Amino acid sequence: MTPSPAATDRPDTGALRPRPAVRWSAARRSLADRPALTLAGILVLLLAATDAVSPGFVTPHQLSTTLLYAAPLGALAAGQTLAMLTGGIDLSVSATATAAAYLIAGLGAQGTPRALAVALALGLVVGMTNGIGIGIFRVQPLIMTLGMAGVLGGALTLASLTFTNGVPVVPDAVHELGSGTVLGYLPLNTLVWAPLAVVLLVGLARSGLGRAIYAVGDNPLACRLAGVRVWQVLLVTYVLGGVLSAIAGILLVGYTNAADLNLATPYLLQSVAAVVIGGTSILGGSGGYAGTILGALILTVLDSLLTILNVSQAGKQMLYGAIVLGLAWIYARTALVE
Amino acid sequence: MTDPSAPGLEVRRPMAAGRAIRRSAWTVTIVGLLGALLVVEKLVHPALNVFDMQSLVDGALPLCLAAMAQTAVVLSGGIDLSVGPMMSLVNVVSALLMTHATSGQAVLIALGVVAAVVAAGALTGAVIVATGVPDIIVTLATGFVWGGLALHVMPIPGGAAPAGFAALMTGQLGSVPSGLVVIVAALAFLWEPVHRSPAGLALYAVGSNRAAAYLSGVAVGRARVAAYALGGAFAALGGLALTASTTNGNAASGTSYTLTSVAATVLGGVSLVGGRGGMIGPVAAALLLTLINTLLTFEGVDPNFSLVVQGAIVVLVVMVAGLVLVRRRGA
Repeated sequence: MTPSPAATDRPDTGALRPRPAVRWSAARRSLADRPALTLAGILVLLLAATDAVSPGFVTPHQLSTTLLYAAPLGALAAGQTLAMLTGGIDLSVSATATAAAYLIAGLGAQGTPRALAVALALGLVVGMTNGIGIGIFRVQPLIMTLGMAGVLGGALTLASLTFTNGVPVVPDAVHELGSGTVLGYLPLNTLVWAPLAVVLLVGLARSGLGRAIYAVGDNPLACRLAGVRVWQVLLVTYVLGGVLSAIAGILLVGYTNAADLNLATPYLLQSVAAVVIGGTSILGGSGGYAGTILGALILTVLDSLLTILNVSQAGKQMLYGAIVLGLAWIYARTALVE
Repeated sequence: MTDPSAPGLEVRRPMAAGRAIRRSAWTVTIVGLLGALLVVEKLVHPALNVFDMQSLVDGALPLCLAAMAQTAVVLSGGIDLSVGPMMSLVNVVSALLMTHATSGQAVLIALGVVAAVVAAGALTGAVIVATGVPDIIVTLATGFVWGGLALHVMPIPGGAAPAGFAALMTGQLGSVPSGLVVIVAALAFLWEPVHRSPAGLALYAVGSNRAAAYLSGVAVGRARVAAYALGGAFAALGGLALTASTTNGNAASGTSYTLTSVAATVLGGVSLVGGRGGMIGPVAAALLLTLINTLLTFEGVDPNFSLVVQGAIVVLVVMVAGLVLVRRRGA
C-alpha cells in the first residue's frame, strides 16, 4: 500500500530515518483505513507462523479448538468493548465471570436452569450496580468497577470457604456447552458467541441505543444538550457488560469443568487487549465489536503459538502488556495524524 | 495544621479562613475518624499496648506507601494501576538480592532498587507523555509487565532479608514504631521538598487544568514524568516494606495494593480528576483502612471480608462525593 501524502508530510522524527518511517506509516495507515482487513491479515500470518513452528496446526480440529478457546474471551471482551465505546472501562468483567462460574459450580446440584438463572442474574445485578454508580452518581468507571472487582473478589474468597464442605459440581449441560462440538468441528460455545456477536454488531450499527453508545463516548456533554439521557445509556451499557461477563463465566466454567478463585483473572488484561487490538479507542466513540472479535482470535492464536514455543506464563503476561502498549500507541498516533 | 492542599497559595495571599477550613475539612475528618477508631479499639481491646500499636503500623506501612505512590500520580491528573505489581516486583527482587546480604549491604540494595524503580516510574510517565495513550491503558499494560517479571524472577515464594534490615522498617526506634518513622521521613524528605518547590506547584497545576497549565508556561510533560517518578519512589519503599515485614519474596504479595491504594487515595480526599488534595489525608486513610481490618479481625470477622469492605467504602465515598458535587452544581 502506498502512503498517502498526508502521512509523509507529518512533522515527525521520520525526517531522520525517512525510508523505514514511510513504510511504518504505511502500515499505520492501512491499520487506520482498513482495520478489519489488516487485523485479518495479521491473524492469517499468525496462523501461518504457528503452522510453520508446529506443522499440522492449521487443521479443522485445531481451528475448532481455537474457536473454543476464543469464545469466552470474545464474550468477556464484548462487555469491555461496550464500556470502552462510551469512554469508560470495566475492570470488573473477570471478577463477574469468576463469580458466575462459582455460582454455576455451587448451585449445579440444584438444577441447571436454576444455576444458569442465578448466574445471569448476578451479572445483571453487578452490571446494574456499576451502571447506577457510573450513570447516576457520576463515579469514574475505573473506580466503580475496580471497587466492584474488590467486593466480588472478597465475597468469592468467603464463598469458597463454604464450598469446601460440599463438592462443587458443574452441570453436565454446562460442561457440554463449554467444551462440546456439533457436526464434528463446530464448538457449541461458538453457537452461543455467534448470535451474541451478530446482535451486538447489528445493534451497535443500526439501533438507536447503538448510536447513543457511540455518541455518549464521543461527546457526553453534547449528548446531554441534545436531549440524550446519558445516564440511561450508561446504565444499559454496564448492565449488558455484566450479563455478557456472566455468559463468559458460564462458557469458561463449562470448558474447565471446575471453578477456582482465579478462573477468569488472566482474562482481564486479555479483554482490554482484545478491544485495544481491535481498534476501539478507550477515549470512546470510535471502534466496534468486529475489531474486538478479530482481536480475541488473534490473542487466542498467539497464545497457542507462545505455548508451542514453551514461553512461560510470566513471559506471556509481559508480552501481552507490551502488545497492548504498542498497539494503543500506533492507534493513538494514527488518530493524531488525522 | 497547615492546609496541605494549597501549595504556594498561602504564600501569595492569605486565604479566607472559611475556605481554608473547607479545603482541609476532609483531611481533618479522616484524622478525627482515625483517632475515634483508635479509642474504639482501646475500648474493645483494653489490653492495647505499644506492641499492638507497632503491629498496626507494620501492617499499614506498605499500604501507606502505596497510597502515597498513588496520590503523587493522581494529583498530577493520572492514575497508576501498576502500583501493586510494581510492589510485588520490588519485593521479589529485593528478597532475592538480600538472601545472603548483611544489613549494610541490604540498605545499599534497597537504595539501588529505589533508584531503579524511580527510573521505571519516569519511563512510564515518559511513555504516557510521548505516546498520548491514556494513563489507564499504559499503567494497566506496564502493571502486567511488572507482574510477569516478578513471576519470572520468583515463580515460587522464596528469598530472605537480614534481620537488621527488617528491623529498620518494621522494628522499634526507641518507643516509636520505626514504620511511623519511615512514613514521617517519606513525607518530610520525599514529599515536602517537592510539594514546596515549583515542581510541586507544577504537579498540582497540571492535575488541575492541563491546558491552563500549558498556557501559563508550565512544562506539562516534565511535571507528569516527575509525578510518576515520585510515585515510583514511594512504590519502591512500599515493596521494600513488604520485604521487611515478611522477610521473604512473593510474586503475589503486592497484588491487592492497586485497589487499596486507590481506596486510600480517594478516602484521603484526593480528587481523582487531579489537582486537589494532599498527602496527609491518604496516609491517614491507609491507617484507617488497616485499623478497620484489625477491628474486624478482633470481632472474629473473616479477614477476607476486608476486601469487600474496602471496595464498598471506596465506591460509597466516591458516590457521596459525586452526589455532593452534583448538588453543589445544581444549587
